[in-house]
Order: sequence, then C-alpha cells, then structure tokens
Amino acid sequence: MSTNTIHSYRPHLRTRWAARLMQTFGLALLGLLLTGCERPSPESVQSGYRGTGMVQVYNARLLEAKTEQNQPPFVLPSPGSDGPKASQAYKNVKVLGNLSVGEFNRLMVSMTSWVAPQEGCAYCHQLPYFQDDSKYTKVVARRMIEMTRHINADWKPHVAETGVTCYTCHRGQPVPSAIWFKSNPEPYGSNFMGDKAGQNTPSPVVNMSSLPNDPFTPFLLDEQKIRVNGPTALPSGNRQSIKQAEWTYGLMTHMSNALGVNCTYCHNTQSFQNWTNSPPQRTTAWHGIRMARDLNRSYMESLTDVFPEHRKGPTGDVAKLNCATCHQGAYKPLNGAPMAKDFPELQKPVLVNTKVAAK
Amino acid sequence: MADYQNLFTTVQAVGPVHHGVELGHGNSPRSGQPLINYWIGKLGNAQLGPIYLGGLGLASLFCGLIAFTLIGMNMLASVNYDPIQFVRQLFWLSLEPPPPSYGLSIPPLNQGGWFLIVGLFFTASVMLWWARTYRRAVQLGMGTHIAWAFAAAIWLFLVLGLFRPILMGSWGEAVPYGIFPHLDWTAAFSLRYGNLFYNPFHALSIVFLYGSALLFAMHGATILAVTRFGGEREIEQITDRGTASERAALFWRWTMGFNATMESIHRWAWWFAVLCPITGGIGILLTGTVVDNWYLWAIKHGVAPPYPEIFPAMTDPALAVGVKP
Repeated sequence: MSTNTIHSYRPHLRTRWAARLMQTFGLALLGLLLTGCERPSPESVQSGYRGTGMVQVYNARLLEAKTEQNQPPFVLPSPGSDGPKASQAYKNVKVLGNLSVGEFNRLMVSMTSWVAPQEGCAYCHQLPYFQDDSKYTKVVARRMIEMTRHINADWKPHVAETGVTCYTCHRGQPVPSAIWFKSNPEPYGSNFMGDKAGQNTPSPVVNMSSLPNDPFTPFLLDEQKIRVNGPTALPSGNRQSIKQAEWTYGLMTHMSNALGVNCTYCHNTQSFQNWTNSPPQRTTAWHGIRMARDLNRSYMESLTDVFPEHRKGPTGDVAKLNCATCHQGAYKPLNGAPMAKDFPELQKPVLVNTKVAAK
Repeated sequence: MADYQNLFTTVQAVGPVHHGVELGHGNSPRSGQPLINYWIGKLGNAQLGPIYLGGLGLASLFCGLIAFTLIGMNMLASVNYDPIQFVRQLFWLSLEPPPPSYGLSIPPLNQGGWFLIVGLFFTASVMLWWARTYRRAVQLGMGTHIAWAFAAAIWLFLVLGLFRPILMGSWGEAVPYGIFPHLDWTAAFSLRYGNLFYNPFHALSIVFLYGSALLFAMHGATILAVTRFGGEREIEQITDRGTASERAALFWRWTMGFNATMESIHRWAWWFAVLCPITGGIGILLTGTVVDNWYLWAIKHGVAPPYPEIFPAMTDPALAVGVKP
C-alpha cells in the first residue's frame, strides 16, 4: 500500500436523506409500473394444440363494453309482398322497383333509422319531391343498396348467411365511424429531409405502432402482394423485402384491432404462412380482404364524382372501407347477429347494368 | 463486517486524486482536472476524470456527432420542425433505409440517401472507437480482451447494416434508426423469414445472452458473499487461494457438483458474452442469403416437430381455380 491516507467517506446525515430519496423514488417507480396493468386480469382461452400458444385473450370489462356497442337494431315487421309494386306507385325507383309498396316503405323507414335517424328523410330526399335525385346522398344510398345486395349474394364465403344491412356499418350515423382515405405522402411539402416512408407515426390504424399506417391503399385498393414468406426452406426466387413485410404486418395489425382478436385467431404460432394447421377463420378473413378490395374498387371509387369535396380525403379520394368499417372491434359484426334474414330484398343478386344507377 | 452484507457499494476508499501512469511518446495529454464525487462513489470509483481523448477519440466523437445530428434532423423534419411533436413522437420517429427498389445504388437524399450518409459516419465512429479501445489497452500494458469483446458486438452491427444488405443486394434490408421502428423491423424480419425462433443460431445467441446474465449473477453473488473473507481480491486468489476462494468453490461443488475457479469464471463470462453477438450475427447473415424460411428449414431437417392437426383440414384458398391471390 502507498502512503496515501485511506478513510471511510460516509456522512450519516446524507445517508439517511438518501435513503428517504430512494424510498420516494421506489414508490414512484411502483406507481409507474402499475399504469401498465390491465383490469381485470385478462382471461386466455386455448384454441389450438396444447403448449403452442394458440390462445385468445379476453378482458371481461372490455368485452362487456363491446357487447353493448354491438347490439342489433329493432326490426320492423314485414308487411308482405302483396299489392302494387313500388315502381308503379312511385317515380324514379331504379333498384327497388320489384318491392311491394309496403316492403319499399318499410325499407325506407329502416334505412332512415339505420343511417340518418337525426336527419330523417330529408337527409337524402329533396322534400317534398321524393323522386328528385339532386341530393348526392340519395345517389350514394342507391349505390349502397346495390353494394349491400352484392355483398349478401356474391360474398357468401365471407358474410355467409349472416349477411349485412346498412346498419352493419352505419350504426345510426350518416358516415360510418371507421372509414379511410389515402394518406398524403408529403404533408409538409418538403422532400429534402424527414421522409417517414409511410410509417413511424403513432396511428390508431396500426394500434399505435410505428408500422406503415396506410396499409389499405396497397392491399385493400391496389392488389399488392400480401404474402411475404417463400414456399421453400432455401431461397428460390422470393424477393419480398423486410419493408414489404412491415406493410403486411400493418394490415394484419389493423385486422387484429378491427376484430378484437389476437394473431392466433387466424394463424398458427409456428408458421404464419402455413395453411394446414391454421384455424378455419383464416379462410373467411382471406375472402374478407378480397371483398373489401372489390367493394372499394367497384362501389366506393365509382362514387368519387358524386361526393362533395368536404366528404373527400386530403388527396381528393373518396371514403373507403376496411375491416373495421363493419367489424368495429367485434370478431363478427354485431357479434354475429343475423342481419340480412329479415330483409330478403337486400339479398337479391344485383340486376343488370349496375353502373347506370351510379350516374 | 456488517458493511459487507450490503448489496450496494458502502465503502469508499478515497486518497489523493491521481492522473494515471506516465504516457509514452505519441500520446496526447489527458484532459480535465480529476475530482472526487460522493454519489459517483456509490456506483464505482469516486474519482471522475481525467479522460484521454486523443486523435482517435476526437475523430470518433466527431463522426458520431454527425450521424447523431443527421438522424435527429431527419426526425425533426419528419414532424415539420415542431419541437413539441418531436418530443411526443420521438419513440416513433426514424430515419428509414432506402426503398428496396433502389437495390445497392445511391438513392435520392430523402429516399434513403441520408440513411447511407449516416451509416457511413456511424460505422466510422464505431470503428475509430474500437481502435481507441485497442490502442489505450496496449498503452497501459494491458491485454486487448476488451477490444476483442467490443469487436464481437461490431460484427453483429456490421452484419445487420453492411454485410447482409450487400449480400441481399438491397440497402432496404438494413435496420432503421429509430426506437420503435427498429423493433418493428426485428418483428418484420422474423415474419419475413418464416419465424426466427427456428433459426438455430438465434437459439444459440439466446443461450449465450441469458447465460451471460446468469453467469454474471452467479459470479457477482459469489464474490459479494465471500468479500467478508477477502474474496473481492479475486486476482490474488487465483494463485494464492484463501479461505474466500475455498468457501466459494465449496459452495458451488455442494450445490451443483462443479465449480469454476477464480480465473476460469472470468473466461466463462468473456466467452458467453462474446458468443452472444457472434452466433447472433451468423444467424442473421444466413437469413435470406442461405435460408429463406426457417420454419420450413426446421421441419425439413427435423429440428422442430410438426404438431398434430387439430383444425379441420384447410387448403390455401388462393390455390382454388380462377381465384387471384
């Protein structure tokens, strides 16, 4: 040892003060950790082979709130198909002409309560001229009736016999609560620095992650490839990149959020691409993606010129639908309540020349 | 005696501050007046400074500062230079690599050009800092174990940002500079290449990661437990085993039948630590270049068991006739 003097440096007053500081700090940390807790403790339900993590996680409190939000509407009794047809009794009836006057009026009243309960008939009709097409909302509504029929008749792989009505999406609002527009790639007008590459913004679309927050344009409007996995163990020409995987991940996060389910609702935990050991819901979801794409292209985009500017997005595009538009947090819209069975007129296949009605 | 029963540093041995050994020819002087701080003494040595900067250190800091500033400026620009949004969204913000369509060519500045410039300066900064750790160790007459351990981490860093993107032919494969974005990249990497948990080098890397933590805890606890017998003088006890060393060895022989020695435990720790990034880097380098889908690879070679099919038999709907995937 050198000749340096060694002494213990421990002022007692300071130590006591430090202990109190540590205690306060510890309590604050504990409080902070508790904010990460969920109440009540979520319940996990096994859905697949044991030990493979195939579970769905449910929070009873959130489930109850979701059930309340997803009650089916009251259904008016059907007056029957007897009597004169709507096309004979009213003018300018283009898609519902085959209905009896009673059925027609029942559907009109139901639509009012589904879509515009506050605004009433005047939301679509230029009163008192019910036949008048001057309000854009009436033209849109007519096209939406065609869309509803198309969904119920041609998209059975997705909606099955449950079917949809206007209420499935609208829930008493003129504009459904979950719609999407194309995002503006350069919102600040500069392209020198700070490109976000379509991601890295806390967006509810992707459950506040930093994933690409408009996965809808490439997948639910355009037909970009969703699958990123290759079919072979060793490389055999699959050039999908990690960045493309992030876009797919963004879409899947949206689906998970929109349906209130985990990844394992459709996928098995070993291999997200493997079909043989996937839950059957995955096929339904596969058709759902195609359905959303079809509806956005064939129905929503055809209304681009009909909608006024204030109903359009930042790049002037029309409002479009995604999984959340119908599902609204439930694994099946309205928790699987059969919607179409009381409205056979909404189940008919689309008649010829659907484009005419849109014009 | 009671002092040694505390888990935190309780004894601060303080003498006159010293500047360190004489430096040979070609070294710059150390900077800063050393000082003694009680709170720093709680964590380590109470003496702060002087620091050796030198040419390598300054160059490394300079390159690092350029990279750090460019990342920050890109993040700030991405929220329209709004300082409040910069703070609120900081964990989401990022400097992204170029779109994959640019391959290995030089993209426009805002399409990954900044990313490549930052990559150049960041890599230079890290390499210069490595040279500094090597040279400082040699100047002190030490072994270069620290520099080589650091090199193991640099291997993983270079695999992620340089070697693998070049082998894949696309800068877009590199990791973005952002808090959440780099985590999303990690998840997307696993998703793209068929579940990284089936990558045996990933498994090895996890073994060494958790193993390092376990060894660190075992060794730290052992030494603290025998400091009352002078066990913290580990180096002396390598050749001159005292009662501390004997008791520590006996404890582990009693509890698990085998014990490390005062010397070998440090080699265990060093190898576990360096093998974590070395094996991890191998696993990353093989992904996409040699193996495209780790799940299929593991099933093919019997690494992972196929689980019984419990859902109704299902085929890919995209394979049905007349359906577009």
